[in-house]
Amino acid sequence: MGVTRTLLLALVMSTLAALGQSPATYADDSQAVMRAHAAQDEAERAARWKELQHAIFGARSLQDGAGVIQIEAPEHALDAALVPITLTMKSATPIKGLYLVIDNNPSPVASHFTFGPSADPRTLKLRVRVNQYTFIHAVTETTDGKLFVAQQFVKTSGGCSAPVGSDNAQALKDVGLMKLHLLGTFSPGKPLQAQLMIRHPNFNGMQMDQITRLFTPARFIRTIDATYDGAPVFHLDSDISLSTDPVITFGFVPDKKGTMKLVVRDSDNASFNHSFDVPAG
Amino acid sequence: MGFAACSVPAWRASAAQVLRPWVTEEVAPGIHIRHGVDEDVSASNDDAIANIGFVIGREAVAVTDSGGSLNDGRRLRASIRQATELPIRYVLMSHVHPDHVFGAGAFSADHPIYVGHAGLPRALSLRWEYYRTRTEAILGKDTVGALVMPAMLVRDHAHIDLGGRVLELTAHGIAHTDSDMSALDRQTGTLLASDLLFVHRVPSLDGSLKGWLKELALLKSVAAKRAVPGHGPTSVDWPLGCRDLERYLGVLLRETRAAIAKGRDIDAAVKTVGLSERTRWALFDDYNGHNVIQAFKELEWE
Repeated sequence: MGVTRTLLLALVMSTLAALGQSPATYADDSQAVMRAHAAQDEAERAARWKELQHAIFGARSLQDGAGVIQIEAPEHALDAALVPITLTMKSATPIKGLYLVIDNNPSPVASHFTFGPSADPRTLKLRVRVNQYTFIHAVTETTDGKLFVAQQFVKTSGGCSAPVGSDNAQALKDVGLMKLHLLGTFSPGKPLQAQLMIRHPNFNGMQMDQITRLFTPARFIRTIDATYDGAPVFHLDSDISLSTDPVITFGFVPDKKGTMKLVVRDSDNASFNHSFDVPAG
Repeated sequence: MGFAACSVPAWRASAAQVLRPWVTEEVAPGIHIRHGVDEDVSASNDDAIANIGFVIGREAVAVTDSGGSLNDGRRLRASIRQATELPIRYVLMSHVHPDHVFGAGAFSADHPIYVGHAGLPRALSLRWEYYRTRTEAILGKDTVGALVMPAMLVRDHAHIDLGGRVLELTAHGIAHTDSDMSALDRQTGTLLASDLLFVHRVPSLDGSLKGWLKELALLKSVAAKRAVPGHGPTSVDWPLGCRDLERYLGVLLRETRAAIAKGRDIDAAVKTVGLSERTRWALFDDYNGHNVIQAFKELEWE
């Protein structure tokens, strides 16, 4: 992923937009913004995806994901810095991984999940930043090496350059704190959904201080490893597009009472570990 | 104003408006307020969407707030000059939002003391450029002016003297934003609440829901007969006038907490929380969802 990531960053740093989050007096669909975005037409968007597809998957072919992968996102996102995404997957052949690509973000590969034997990959939810009007592509990979793609268009802008808060020190105060909620009742061998919350500002290096003219240095989550009693649930390669204080909902299959262990590593090489009893308590 | 108007040089558009003072209401002796329209910034409203105005003392004038664009501020300045020849000594900047601070540059020739919350410089430094880009995309180039930083910073409390008239300033904890400042004119019992008080126009939450409720509770005990909201009528009875805001914030708090407790997702909460308030506020559909997201982010960590 390292090389791909660098390539993609270089490819699209020019798309950095200095648009702000909607605070109190901007509706995101204001006329001026709409005019600006109408300039990029369908053909350009298709060309962009073709370019990204080649950079990420090389010559491998992608099949229509209808019936295999579905992506849900608000068409008009209310908060560009927090766009909730739901991914639903269904496949006879086991699912190996998932790529979430936000085409017009500065670093488009927002997430790459690799699922382990304890995973239930059917439903996955996360929150991302969206910098400008864009297609979001979800590509799922099955264990036989096939790739399936689904897409959705999202209208919002400014999520990447939006200030995290006015106080950077405050934003780092509880960094690494985690919570895990089980969304359902534990029953051995039955799939269970869990919601993981992580305190992390996920500074993407695009928030600028006007006095110093300096950007808050990037500090973002690079990987998350979830294991259940030592067996992998998922490994996530992440990037600057995850929202501040990321929240990820995922499924797993606890064969018996056990421990969900989370290891989060960020771009400063800080590592945060938490273990949670399943069921809780 | 159509799209073609954007190509008209800014000086021509502004020259016509400089001469046209705003109509203001004297809500209490010496306190003049211009009503802001219940709209978002657009090319046809010059971002004149907040309640702004001025307070006249025996020796000097304080502006509170300056408005949402240079033109908005210039027209307010013209209103002041109609009312008095006294020097404009202070320009209050009640918080970081553009509709309240982008008129500040219109008063630079008066060399006033710009006054704001101690947290305002940092908030402006992180956000001003985004706001400027966004506003000028709509109003045109050079409609905002250069960044104006407050020179007098308020921590907790401070006061400014206009000659026989003292405005008591309070720097609030995180509430509507993290840089909210209110002013109290004890002489007339008038609380200049700015965006700590929304009436009729749906509140926008950009700080802390719990913090706002806390600051509102404190403000209710202030000895004032009336308050000037940042949006809505130019004056309301106090503390009666915050009834709707308090109810809205309370609904947001209760229903967001309930959604979190039920394990609802943030996108599901956006579609359900606060809907009982829908018919009670202007611009509800433009802001309620965003408020729910803000509330959810804050409350899900409780």
